[in-house]
Amino acid sequence: MTQRVAATPGLYPLPDWAKETLSELKGHQKGDLLSGDEGEAIVEQYDEVRAEFVDDQLDAGLDRVVEGQGRWDDMIAHPLTVHDSVETGGIVRYYDNNNFYRDPRVVDDLDFSGDVARELEAAGDLLADADGAADASLAATLPGPYSLADLATNEHYGDEADFQAAVAEFLAGEVAAFPDHETLFLLEPSLVTNPPAEGAESTATDAIATVADATDADVVVQTSYGALGEKLYAHLVDEAGADALGLDLVAGDRDDTVYNVQEFGATDSLALGLVDGQNTLVEEPETVAERVEWFESQVPAEGFDRTYLTPNTELFYLPANKYRAKLNALAAAAEVLD
Amino acid sequence: MVRNPDANRDQFRPHDHPNDAFLLTTVVGSYPKPKWLNRADELVEDPDSKFDASDLEEAHDDACRLVTREHERAGLDTVVDGEMRRNEMVEFFADRIDGYEFNGPVKVWGHNYFDKPSVVEEVAYDEPWLVDEFEFTSDVSERPVKVPITGPYTLGFWAFNEAYPSTEELVYDLADLVNEEVEKLVEAGARYIQIDEPALATTPEDHAIVGEALERIVSGIDEDVRIGLHVCYGDYSRIYPEINDYPIDEFDVELCNGEYEQIPTFTDPEFEPDLALGVVDAHTAEVESVEAIKENIRQGLRVVPPEKLTVSPDCGLKLLPRDIAYGKMENMVTAVREVEAEIDSGAIDVDDPLDD
Repeated sequence: MTQRVAATPGLYPLPDWAKETLSELKGHQKGDLLSGDEGEAIVEQYDEVRAEFVDDQLDAGLDRVVEGQGRWDDMIAHPLTVHDSVETGGIVRYYDNNNFYRDPRVVDDLDFSGDVARELEAAGDLLADADGAADASLAATLPGPYSLADLATNEHYGDEADFQAAVAEFLAGEVAAFPDHETLFLLEPSLVTNPPAEGAESTATDAIATVADATDADVVVQTSYGALGEKLYAHLVDEAGADALGLDLVAGDRDDTVYNVQEFGATDSLALGLVDGQNTLVEEPETVAERVEWFESQVPAEGFDRTYLTPNTELFYLPANKYRAKLNALAAAAEVLD
Repeated sequence: MVRNPDANRDQFRPHDHPNDAFLLTTVVGSYPKPKWLNRADELVEDPDSKFDASDLEEAHDDACRLVTREHERAGLDTVVDGEMRRNEMVEFFADRIDGYEFNGPVKVWGHNYFDKPSVVEEVAYDEPWLVDEFEFTSDVSERPVKVPITGPYTLGFWAFNEAYPSTEELVYDLADLVNEEVEKLVEAGARYIQIDEPALATTPEDHAIVGEALERIVSGIDEDVRIGLHVCYGDYSRIYPEINDYPIDEFDVELCNGEYEQIPTFTDPEFEPDLALGVVDAHTAEVESVEAIKENIRQGLRVVPPEKLTVSPDCGLKLLPRDIAYGKMENMVTAVREVEAEIDSGAIDVDDPLDD
């Protein structure tokens, strides 16, 4: 029987109080954004933010708890923008959103950083100490290597394939330093918005597999902003080393995603992007549960190991009250299905 | 199709204009707020302060007088109040339109946030949005006043849509409300309206939605009213030549920021509305020299003849230090008047404007 898991890939909106205190401590300009060596006062604020994120998830009743990535000023480009071998260039658009991040220009070898591992360690400690955390376990969040390479500018490595491989090796090194985690989310929106060229699919899937192989945890390769191209989808199922592909059932044409799964099969587990991370309208748990059952019924397999119930994108696009409501909707939907 | 810019341009030509050639000078709209006004906005929120809403209104009036005068002093042919009463280009309108609600700030980048509203039911017109603002500015100004309005595409797509089956349908309903507001502004005497649609630059494939929204906005608006459209920071090859079909008099665009790399896009086929060209950068805190601005103005003459060229900064100037913003406007006007004189004398060949 398929296990239903309520989870998110992280990147939460800062609580409103932290939006104020951190903008006062850090400033509003490009040069004020996080560089990874922030001072004590800023560290303390982020510690409080992290604790609040963990509480939010436990209060909602999610099955996986993430760190929440409050420090990620540059969204999923964060692991590079705080790296010593990276210079940050101009502010550039984050996918098709009214959001911007600093262009990470990779100018030297991407050696080990440990920035994300430190955050995850702290989240793990919070979870271990929390009341009522018995049913929840830790999930890690990273950008997938394809998207991270796509968002960055390569000024050091050879061609595109070399760069993807180098970013993958870097991310694998980061994962190796993570504390124990049950699930690893690799966010890969670029697979939909700017897919690999015909014939270059395996370069992307090899890079993802490099990162996936670095952990014993379940690996979810989460895609966003619509359906995957069918050929790329088939490559991902076969080659990416993912336990679950994450599919966006909110944006774009859902039928394309159903077609992919019917035609090319699926990973042993699936993650379904069911609640809209970019709209304040909060879904009813029953509606979310129906969508899960509907999607599972479209697929020829006997059943999956796990179905992850997730938002279709990161949640930082939302105001803080609605982000919490979305966590509640996911957890409640999983309960409806139980 | 394009409206009739010839029918409304001359009303903005000052009686004492010194040259035969006339390049209309204007600004996009926003201007740095005096620091005391920001303090006043905060003070009114402070429960311990005696500073109340009527004090704030007085402060806004004072700021509008001051900034409108500052625009006149720079020598502009058409002026604005620098949007002293407005907080943010979507929030200000969402606050006045029934159907929107606010849930709290969302991130744009870094620690820059915006109170992105949600549309939770059908939008509806309640009280006028800008008529008081226009009447006040008109009273204090000796020059014609331009009114910038955030366009329906931006008001729709830079909000969360909870209520409409598609955001396109929301945009058309909003366009009908903008039309109602434009009618009221025209009744109050406004003759120069600028629709701001920065969201179009992020999703140029939606140009047809913006076109349909503009048709609704200008419905019933006489041709003596000048309708401009401002877009900024986009890839214009994706919306040109389609904008030649828009029912507008003037297309206002930032190209100084990109060093006019995109000018050739607008030269083929022939550009139909008047061109309002950005000739000073809104995001660099140095005042461009008159000579440099004159070179930038010549770029516009590659696209349209002088009688169809309007000159403005790239975008709203609100993020600049105030003295820099003023310096840019002042040098811009000086540069325009010198270019006009050089066109009159034949020193600039309008058929080959970059040739010295």
